[in-house]
Amino acid sequence: MRRQLPILIVFVSGVFMVIQYFIPHESFEFIYEYAMDWIIIIGIFAMLLGLWSLTRASVSKVQAKAPGWGFSVMTLVGLATMLFLGFYKGNKSIAEGTFFMDLFWYIYTPIQATMFSLLAFYIASAAYRAFRVRTVLATILLVTALIIMLRLIPLGPISGVNQWLASWILTVPNMAAKRAIWIGVGLGATATALKIIFGIERAYMGKD
Amino acid sequence: METIGIWIAALLTLGIFSFLYKDNPFYKFCESLFVGISAGYWFVTTFWQVFMPKLADNLIAGRFYYMIGAIFGVLMLLRLFPKIGWLSRWSLALVVGTTAGLYFTRYLVSNGMVQVQNTIIPLYVKGNLSQTIGNLVIVIGTFSGLIYFFFSKEHKGAFGGLAKLGIWFLMLSFGASFGYTVMSRMSLLIGRMDYLLGTWLGLIR
Repeated sequence: MRRQLPILIVFVSGVFMVIQYFIPHESFEFIYEYAMDWIIIIGIFAMLLGLWSLTRASVSKVQAKAPGWGFSVMTLVGLATMLFLGFYKGNKSIAEGTFFMDLFWYIYTPIQATMFSLLAFYIASAAYRAFRVRTVLATILLVTALIIMLRLIPLGPISGVNQWLASWILTVPNMAAKRAIWIGVGLGATATALKIIFGIERAYMGKD
Repeated sequence: METIGIWIAALLTLGIFSFLYKDNPFYKFCESLFVGISAGYWFVTTFWQVFMPKLADNLIAGRFYYMIGAIFGVLMLLRLFPKIGWLSRWSLALVVGTTAGLYFTRYLVSNGMVQVQNTIIPLYVKGNLSQTIGNLVIVIGTFSGLIYFFFSKEHKGAFGGLAKLGIWFLMLSFGASFGYTVMSRMSLLIGRMDYLLGTWLGLIR
């Protein structure tokens, strides 16, 4: 019951999703639409688990006065504030111009954009380290990256040549390598899906 | 509110940038706040924009099949109770099975069949040298790339040579992706600098 029924659910739902692809009958489409919505609903319940886990981890850190517990307080304050502001006026709480959205625009957006922009510095340092390695492969990588980056910059008489070269690299050799990767990923995903459907791969059930 | 908001956003931006010097309490404060705010934001927006229309509105409209999704959702929460936590596997099984079945055909068609079909192209195009070279490069590049990913045979001799050619193509592709990533991160960096120097300090217009 604890292990057999989940395997049966996986098999039935998996086989159904495969069959419905080959038989585009409206009754199959009907169940397909419902199944997709159920998955989304389950996902939202799973988000609650995530919130619970974050809260529990932060609260235990505060209670134990672990190093950096003050930062966990900030996490809890941020979470509680957003939940309160997001629910106290019903679905109008998330309309543009509310305090909830102000926090989104003035806290969430700048921090997220800055975190991603930090990568510009680290990627430059990674490029420098790759340059120092001085192997054929690192050189191919860096020269290609340089051609792609200079594509949008005016370079006088060689601008046209560089743009043509960048465009050729993207549409021909880059496409060839991407195809090899996509085919590999496709075959891997298909094999893994089959292993899951037939109960060979059961890691999703955890232990015990 | 706008002025206060701009100041808060600017100080938080500086807080995150302070990590470039070293990990410090100012950065950790911004990071922790971000974790809480983002978790709350995504839960609330998903609740109002997805959960309510998908579940509550459908149940009110009399579409009771949606109760099945809700029941499986509640089962998922039983993970919090160790004695009956195993029941959450049922919901997980539904998600895993459905996704596996869906991806089986999706990946087989879009990543397998379509890519193979698009690679089976003429190696000689009459009167069009650039197309001929392009097609040759695509076929050789894809084939050698696949050889590189084939680990059931040792990469030696002609097979090893093809695998080596494959990794050259892969490096070229990674270089292109690297170039794009650098450009996108630089554009974000310019955006943040514009915010600090323009919107916040008013030094550039």
